[in-house]
Amino acid sequence: MRLGNRRSALLAGAVTVLLTLVTACGTSGPGANSGASAWALTGGDEQTIRTSFESWNEGHPDSAINVEFFANDAYKQKIRTAIGANDAPTLIFGWGGGTLKEWVAGGKVADLSAEIDKSPQLVDKFLPSVLETGKVEGKTYALPNNGMQPVLLYYNKDVFAKVGAEPPRTWQDLMALVPKFKQAGIAPLAIGGQSKWPQLMWEEYLVDRIGGPEVFNAIAANEPGAWSHPAIKQANRMIQELVAAGGFVKGFNSIASDSAADSALLYTGKAAMLLMGSWAYPTIKESAPDFIAEGKLGYTTFPTVEGGKGDPANIVGNPANFWAVSAQASDEDKRVALEYLSNGMMNDAYVDTLLSGGSVPPVAGIEDKFAGTDEPEYLSFVYELASDAPSFQLSWDQALSPKQADALLNNLERLFLNEITPEQFSANMDKTIER
Amino acid sequence: MKTGAVETGRTGPHPVMAAPALAFFAVFALVPLGGVVVLSMLNWDGIGAMTWAGLANWASALRDPGTYHALWLSVQVMVLSWLVQTPISLLLGVLVAARGRYRAVLGVLYFLPMLLSSAAIAIAFKALLDPNFGMSLAFGAEWLSQDWLGGADLALYVVVFVIAWQFVPFHTLLYQAGVRQIPRSLYEAAEIDGAGRMRQFLHITLPQLRYTIITSSTLMLVGSLTYFDLVYVLTAGGPGEATRILPLDMYLHGFSANQMGLASVLAVILVGAGLALALGLSKLASFGRGSQLEGA
Repeated sequence: MRLGNRRSALLAGAVTVLLTLVTACGTSGPGANSGASAWALTGGDEQTIRTSFESWNEGHPDSAINVEFFANDAYKQKIRTAIGANDAPTLIFGWGGGTLKEWVAGGKVADLSAEIDKSPQLVDKFLPSVLETGKVEGKTYALPNNGMQPVLLYYNKDVFAKVGAEPPRTWQDLMALVPKFKQAGIAPLAIGGQSKWPQLMWEEYLVDRIGGPEVFNAIAANEPGAWSHPAIKQANRMIQELVAAGGFVKGFNSIASDSAADSALLYTGKAAMLLMGSWAYPTIKESAPDFIAEGKLGYTTFPTVEGGKGDPANIVGNPANFWAVSAQASDEDKRVALEYLSNGMMNDAYVDTLLSGGSVPPVAGIEDKFAGTDEPEYLSFVYELASDAPSFQLSWDQALSPKQADALLNNLERLFLNEITPEQFSANMDKTIER
Repeated sequence: MKTGAVETGRTGPHPVMAAPALAFFAVFALVPLGGVVVLSMLNWDGIGAMTWAGLANWASALRDPGTYHALWLSVQVMVLSWLVQTPISLLLGVLVAARGRYRAVLGVLYFLPMLLSSAAIAIAFKALLDPNFGMSLAFGAEWLSQDWLGGADLALYVVVFVIAWQFVPFHTLLYQAGVRQIPRSLYEAAEIDGAGRMRQFLHITLPQLRYTIITSSTLMLVGSLTYFDLVYVLTAGGPGEATRILPLDMYLHGFSANQMGLASVLAVILVGAGLALALGLSKLASFGRGSQLEGA
């Protein structure tokens, strides 16, 4: 009896913790099997998506879509299990890239190309560069559902004024700021290290600034030894220098980004800067509206690195998040989902809600709308940054296969902890290159 | 041969009556276990097709230093948990077992953690231990602002502490029940002989609790192999791999890296370790089995 107990206790434990995490954030509603459903993330653009489904359901009681929201880290594991078990929601929230490729390879998501040929208004509104991320081998499997998400360096203007500092333009500036803030008893940088992926943003930007986007393109193309590129090693040495200098907040390894403790450090003035995707803005606006209203939130691009080959206008992050349609859904549910995608999503009201929440949708020709919002400067900053960038690199953990991404995040965490050297990092990661 | 005669003449329950239980056991325990063994020889990412891997997953799990690290962490957690929880719950159990209004109130307080789910406990402790927003801020005490969960050398002990906080009440309850079963007459006799409290505890309470200690220890040690939810929410195995105990290692291999085959190998190892431990403990427990009152 013990055998079975232990196995099932483990499984039950795994399931319980997921369910606990997940139900804590999910909304209750009708069962997942009755009609079309959608799963999305909490925080960021949650309000826009929630409002959109609410008004869709009001207007279309016969084809209502039941939406549930989950915390990011828990969602990524839950959705995979659900898809593997053919139990996915009709509309699957995703990031494009390597994960979408796997879903396509497994035949789990529907090819939307035929629908798009029939009704081109589905995609006409979007910026073509962003639509690319939802394509696999030229076919569209996913459509953007929220704002463009370049990674920005956010900072607390109050704190900068207090120590008499300017936002960093170069890496030297940044390193020089570290002792300055430490002396004032303020953490230079907030980061949610336990979630691991916030650490990846430092890696992505540094590698891009030093070696340009080609370095990662070689990795994504599975070129042998691609992780041993000098740019990767230099970036990792710089990361370890920053950690050793005390650049990151105390206990950064135990801060989970899901609980938004990282942005809380920024707006409470405990930390001066935060490198984070633009989804941090709606989150901060939601939890500390005064901080933004009083103009205390500063934002700038990632510092340049002297002698670096990468264009300083390059950005990393997520072009957007996407809705894919489950291939397992019934024809009726698929029809409802497609109808929602063409009429309920990214309509005028949707775009307006995104903008007023502080997100910039990847929709062409919306510059005129910025003037009517609370923060026209910020919105046009993000819009121009994203649409003018020579390279907009998808977050590596999404661009790579999940197996490689897991190894990357684990090795990067150990690098931040100084448990491995840049050389060991490259060696460990080179082993994950698939033939 | 006397016992044999008794047995043949016994009109006990017919073996067939065990059939439903055995069937359930087969369907819900043996079949899945067999499934996991088969899965450990397949390559499967959870979504795509399954391909035969033979013993490749086993080889890579046994070659991976991470597996031994996780196993070693699990052993550490097991031993530390036993060392921390046993004396505390034994003493608390003895304390709460005696009659008295204040003891009853204390007893109720001690048992509160039993009512909370692991995830809730983990989230609460995570908030308390946050070096920037946690206890240090709440109580204005700077020394409380340690990097409790972010330091590789401290995190494991913090995890052991939180595990103890969660499970001590349960074991206290066991010991309380055990103590209440000890006949009063033993203590009365000891008092007449002039034994003090300490002597009574050492020479009556402890020996009488022998079987309770074995039961509680078995539950503690075997249970510690399945600690998962608390650690997952509290540290997610971090920082680095400082708290990546075997069940967590299995889960992360399966559901983060999507290597279901490799995760199944670890699951089988876990089953084997648990089985060996449980068998070993029951051997130990039956050693010198006798009456509860023996030696009184």
